[in-house]
Amino acid sequence: MSGRNAILGKVRASLGAAGDDGARRKSVAGRLEAAPKGVIPARGQLGRKERIELFCQMAGKVSASVKRVKKDADVPTAVVEYLRSRNLPATVRMGADERLAAMPWEKAKSLEVTHGPAGPDDEVGVSHAYAGVAETGTLALHSGQDNPTTVNFLPEHHIVVVKAGDIAGDLETVFDRVRQTFGKGQMPRTLNLVTGPSRSGDIEQKLLLGAHGPRALHLIVVDDG
Amino acid sequence: MQITSPSFKKNARGALSDVQLQKALGNVRLGFIDKRIKAVDALPEFDALRDSARDIKDHALAHLDLYLESYEEKVTAAGGKVHWAETAEDARKAILEICRAAGARTVTKGKSMITEEIGLNDFFVENGIRPVETDLGEYIIQLRGEHPSHIIAPAVHLNKEQVEEDFRRVHTHLPEGRDLTEPETLLAEARRVLREEYFAADVGITGANFLVAETGTSVIVTNEGNGDLTQTLPKVHIVVASIEKIVPTLDDVGQILRVLARSATGQDMSVYTTFSTGPRRQDDPDGPEEYHVILLDNGRSSMLGSEFQDMLRCIRCGACMNHCPVYHAVGGHAYGWVYPGPMGAVLTPSLIGVDKSGHLPNASTFCGRCEAVCPMHIPLPRMMRHWREREFSRRLNPATQRYGLRAWAWFARHPRLYQLVTSFAIPGLSLLAGRRGRFGYLPFAGGWTRHRDLPAPESRTFMQQWRNRETLKQGGRT
Repeated sequence: MSGRNAILGKVRASLGAAGDDGARRKSVAGRLEAAPKGVIPARGQLGRKERIELFCQMAGKVSASVKRVKKDADVPTAVVEYLRSRNLPATVRMGADERLAAMPWEKAKSLEVTHGPAGPDDEVGVSHAYAGVAETGTLALHSGQDNPTTVNFLPEHHIVVVKAGDIAGDLETVFDRVRQTFGKGQMPRTLNLVTGPSRSGDIEQKLLLGAHGPRALHLIVVDDG
Repeated sequence: MQITSPSFKKNARGALSDVQLQKALGNVRLGFIDKRIKAVDALPEFDALRDSARDIKDHALAHLDLYLESYEEKVTAAGGKVHWAETAEDARKAILEICRAAGARTVTKGKSMITEEIGLNDFFVENGIRPVETDLGEYIIQLRGEHPSHIIAPAVHLNKEQVEEDFRRVHTHLPEGRDLTEPETLLAEARRVLREEYFAADVGITGANFLVAETGTSVIVTNEGNGDLTQTLPKVHIVVASIEKIVPTLDDVGQILRVLARSATGQDMSVYTTFSTGPRRQDDPDGPEEYHVILLDNGRSSMLGSEFQDMLRCIRCGACMNHCPVYHAVGGHAYGWVYPGPMGAVLTPSLIGVDKSGHLPNASTFCGRCEAVCPMHIPLPRMMRHWREREFSRRLNPATQRYGLRAWAWFARHPRLYQLVTSFAIPGLSLLAGRRGRFGYLPFAGGWTRHRDLPAPESRTFMQQWRNRETLKQGGRT
């Protein structure tokens, strides 16, 4: 506790402020309550069709691959197609996400689906995104009972299903949605914003994909979603 | 880490004649500048966002005590614990205590400059704990027993052949004949080796790019994904962050994120921006069981309210050093402590004292590129000037320099004499330099001419040229 009081005391002394100063407290409470949005780039402020197109285009720019399907029921087939095209074994790891669970995985006969957090040997992980951000081609995923964070990072290939209707123009819309889902001032343990597959430029500034996270990020955008 | 800032001049001389380093520094000059400008040009709102980012930090700093209180309350409510550390030593002690309680033998680390600042790795080793850096660049320099030479590209001073040598020296369990000639194979090997470390670690330590008062969240921004594995797999996650990382709300993070990656690497967004709040929830299938935040002051509270307060807006993007001709010439290690380049030239004297680091704010041409590219509008040259003034008024610079300055000041205050002498000296120097217009060698200026030419003055003084111009103008009018 002494460190706390000492630091806060020094901060107040340097600022020439008193802790019980009503005007300062009001200003802080006001900002926390209002959460002003600031400058929102025009880039993502588009109608639904253009917004989804921008999302796909921006995701492609950061080296994610994108497949658009019509409905939820098409997702398992799209997963199998991706695995085949990359010569990957027909096994995927996913959490207990209800939206994924409701999909007809039995249609993809050769595919083995296992559930739970990812381990070191899982090659392909499948997640359902909470949202997308068109401005930068970014995915938002959050942890929870049904959504292990390890699935986003351990497998070499990460397949993420995004409902077209969940694609927002900007980050701020997603933050608002987070406040609605979890309550204002509350967050899940982890909220991941993911923009492309992992990379490093640490050796001679040469940019390489596949550092410690997934080497490849494949998005399946469900148009009717 | 040992501070070598007092011998900056010697460090710089060594750096200038280091062939490997000079080759590697070419990557800074080529890589970062173009990428940044492309990303900035593609976003019409970039300058408006810079202003917005600056205003957010100014507001947060002016109310720092209150935001820190709100932040702590939220962390606690989410099941985490905040540890307040006035000094580096307090921080190290608090971290060690948490690690001891967890029975930790191996600690993985995401990239964090603040743990460099508190010398955490050496401290761990002294206390029988094995720290493992997991960012590729940090891992490489840890193998070499070095420190980062750049705040976002820690191994930018190295070439791939050097990395190959280190990997062969350390990874002796791997076959000798393996191919490590390209960055691709080096990266793949580091990935494989570090995978095992993530699972072996008892505690994972990350820094923080932001602490969010609204939610009690710490945010890290990375490209590799190592920070996420570091904080997800072990049973304890420790965040080490300094007090000025506070921003009020999630939306404020959004504003600053838009200028951060563009200024740093020229990306619109870094690959992973991760918001962490508390330990894993009751039904979560993975994530750490404990979540601790070490809130470090270490001299920052004294910068508030001073002429150096604006420095606390810094978001550690590295743009200032990427655009600095001095950094380009000598690299980061010459600066002699944790923070190099223009931001280091301002921050280092604040944190370790200008008596030890007075050379740093002097190692600037005041070209102003650092301020021009700083996403947070930090007036870096002006603050370096403040340090020079303090250094002078505390009589910290050498007597020859002080007398020289005094002599020049006297001279400059006697304009007739000044003009008379320069009206001979300038044309004289110009004549001596001949057609080349530069000096490869000048007596008393060896420190300058050893590594570069000294440009010779124009054939006449400024005053002479100005008078000429005015005469011509008047002649033209009549």
